[in-house]
Amino acid sequence: MTKPLKTLSALSAALALSALCTPLALAQEKVLRIAMTAADIPRTLGQPDQGFEGNRFTGIPMYDALTHWDLSKADAPSVLVPGLATSWAVDAKDKTKWVFKLRPGVKFHDGSAFNADAVVWNVAKVLDKAAPHFDASQVGVTASRMPTLKSARKIDDLTVELTTAEPDAFLPLNLTNLFMASPAHWQKKFDAAGGATPADKAKAAWAAFAADASGTGPFRMTRFVARERLELAPNKAYWDPKRTPKIDKVVLLPMPEANARTAALMSGQVDWIEAPAPDAMAAIQGRGHKIYFNQQPHVWPWQLSFAEGSPWLDKRVRQAANLCVDRTGLLKLLGGMMAIPKGTVPPGHPWWGNPKFDIRYDPEAGKKLMAEAGWSTAKPLKVKVQISASGSGQMQPLPMNEFVQQNLKACGFDVQFDVIEWNTLFTNWRKGAKDPSANGANAINVSFAAMDPFFAMVRFSSTKTFPPVSNNWGYYGNAEIDKLIADARTSFDDKARDAALARLHARIVDDAAFVWIAHDVGPRAIAAKVKGVVQPRSWFIDLAPVTID
Amino acid sequence: MLSTLLRRVAYALPIMAGVALVCFALVHLAPGDPLVSILPPDASAELAAQMRTLYGFDRPLPEQFVAWVWRALHGDLGTSIATGRPVASEVLNAVGNTLRLAVLATAIGFVLGSVFGFVAGYFQGSWPDRLASLLSVLGVSVPHYWLGMVMVILFSALTGWLPATGAGPDGSGSWAWDWQHGQYMLLPALTMSVIPMGIIARTVRALVAEILAQEFIVGLRAKGLTDGGVFRHVVKNAAPTALAVMGLQLGYLLGGSILIETVFSWPGTGFLLNSAIFQRDLPLLQGTILVLAMFFVVLNLLVDIVQSLLDPRIARG
Repeated sequence: MTKPLKTLSALSAALALSALCTPLALAQEKVLRIAMTAADIPRTLGQPDQGFEGNRFTGIPMYDALTHWDLSKADAPSVLVPGLATSWAVDAKDKTKWVFKLRPGVKFHDGSAFNADAVVWNVAKVLDKAAPHFDASQVGVTASRMPTLKSARKIDDLTVELTTAEPDAFLPLNLTNLFMASPAHWQKKFDAAGGATPADKAKAAWAAFAADASGTGPFRMTRFVARERLELAPNKAYWDPKRTPKIDKVVLLPMPEANARTAALMSGQVDWIEAPAPDAMAAIQGRGHKIYFNQQPHVWPWQLSFAEGSPWLDKRVRQAANLCVDRTGLLKLLGGMMAIPKGTVPPGHPWWGNPKFDIRYDPEAGKKLMAEAGWSTAKPLKVKVQISASGSGQMQPLPMNEFVQQNLKACGFDVQFDVIEWNTLFTNWRKGAKDPSANGANAINVSFAAMDPFFAMVRFSSTKTFPPVSNNWGYYGNAEIDKLIADARTSFDDKARDAALARLHARIVDDAAFVWIAHDVGPRAIAAKVKGVVQPRSWFIDLAPVTID
Repeated sequence: MLSTLLRRVAYALPIMAGVALVCFALVHLAPGDPLVSILPPDASAELAAQMRTLYGFDRPLPEQFVAWVWRALHGDLGTSIATGRPVASEVLNAVGNTLRLAVLATAIGFVLGSVFGFVAGYFQGSWPDRLASLLSVLGVSVPHYWLGMVMVILFSALTGWLPATGAGPDGSGSWAWDWQHGQYMLLPALTMSVIPMGIIARTVRALVAEILAQEFIVGLRAKGLTDGGVFRHVVKNAAPTALAVMGLQLGYLLGGSILIETVFSWPGTGFLLNSAIFQRDLPLLQGTILVLAMFFVVLNLLVDIVQSLLDPRIARG
């Protein structure tokens, strides 16, 4: 053998050996490597950014809230369960006060005790500007998700009183978003931090806390490389034995590009990818990986304008549009990666409410309604929808919207699109249909989370949430609907609250306030060796019960 | 000479000020809310107003600009809205990662481009010329993000020979110059190298063809020099221009490639810019653009100074 050939052979042998050794080492340690869709690691200091993907990967695994979503079932709606609070009740005399009983014996990852002081401290971090640890950067993602929470007061070590600005039965649901960070650990960071003023020191302390966080969750942070990776190790002392992790390490990697995620899974570089490239599903499954998906409270609609002059003011037109969308055809277009909606929440959900209007594909009924309203294919009704070409949670907006455009054309609609950049569309959503930013559009296509009543319904149907207050872009609402909302907000018994919300949902569906087009199913592709994955009907997923063969 | 240097520096100062102004104005002119990453769309109007005040976005733009420039002059590029981390450290880490990739990509591009260029120029009109020219045209024409995806499919997804994404088994923070880490650079660097390869090949081909047509080559042959000897003279004559083109290409690549770094999740300046744009993280966006723009201004200044030192005619001019 010649010398160059020998060198080449040796190099090849070394390459083969390194390729063999790497998977072996990983297999021994049981590492779960997850590629997220985020371009950066969601914030780790307790209140994650990056939308609900942040809550999914740096909130729920590392932290606990007073109340949790039940993520243990794939075949039932995800409902509220006790978290760091074991029970709660509203004050019988003053409905703005809630008493939460806290779970005893819970420790933060740094060893300090979780108690009422910790709850008061965590409420103050976003609501009390005078508190030394107040952090403006956490306010936005927290305060907006619990809009009525005002303050917290310790009653005893394991009892805390929370006060709301007005009677609000949604508070326990909202509190799933307030994650408990360790005050003692933060204080250590504060004492060690530099800074000319206490505010500078506090800012530095939060930055240090984010790099070395401490919560009470089933996983604890072990390594953080900004924009590249976050490593979590199991918290073996976790308070819930059912959620004590069984794997040795979780590695979270930001990978915003769908093809890059898919390639990383196919090459064995990761074990789990969020939102695989839609056209690679068959190839992924062909390699033995599994696609997980489930109906998710993630609504992909056209939100309609009720402003003066809108073509959607006629209920027959709104209902006709809902009847003319071929959702089964759309399902095929998306390779099965959507659920067919019957409203904002599905039948069987506690807030379903049996609306009279049946959302289905019935173009003949749709054409009839359009004819009654004075429109036909010969004399089409012009509508304009503001959409994006891409965007977080937007599924595949261009082909989906074009598909609906063709469907509606057959029923006498002339649909035009105003395609704008995703963040701009998102910003316009707050400005409303009457704002110049709508550019003449009378519908907007922004997908949304329907986890809690405010997100799912109230912000789109209350006269108090007209722009710029919140996302009632189309100015839908009246005194009757406001009354339904008030009934729900002041029904403090869970069943009564759900019944009130069901009445609200039925009203919204009967009014055809949206064109409900699709519900996302949150597809993810996971290597066959990863077991114990339960994909609940939720935006979230629990990593704790996952095992690796 | 000193006055020339001072004049060059003086010319650079208004350019720097202009760059800072354009960089600040552009990101503020773009539509979208700078607080979008930390303020959900359902946030109340009071909360939105409160956050604008806390982050200083309620102040007039000129006031914000002056404050930003003043802090930047003191080495403080601000704090990322989305992450709360200092912009300066984020940018420096990203520049380091991009530099590593750009140097390798330029080296690959230079070697391949020179080989193709010399072969094509030396054997003009023959099939090696046509093949080399085809490859160089492909290099500048093929969309590199598409090429990156194809490379990933071939070398990662189908064969598993090389990692598809990332900057090392444990991230770029623990980088080492060994195969375990180096393999992560290969695909992005190869993808990034095709444009410089194409440009250098075309430049060298033209140079070689021009040199070969010159009289001194005929003289060399008449003196009885072998083909190898003539080739060495051609290389020596073509090298300065090829090196100058390579230098320019390195400059371009140092700006990072948003598409390539996103396709390969390479944590460089392109990846950082992409993230900053999508999160409307204005301090990060401004800081990254400013650092990259200043880098080019300083690089040009250095080139001017070096040229003045080497060529007295330029200094006199």
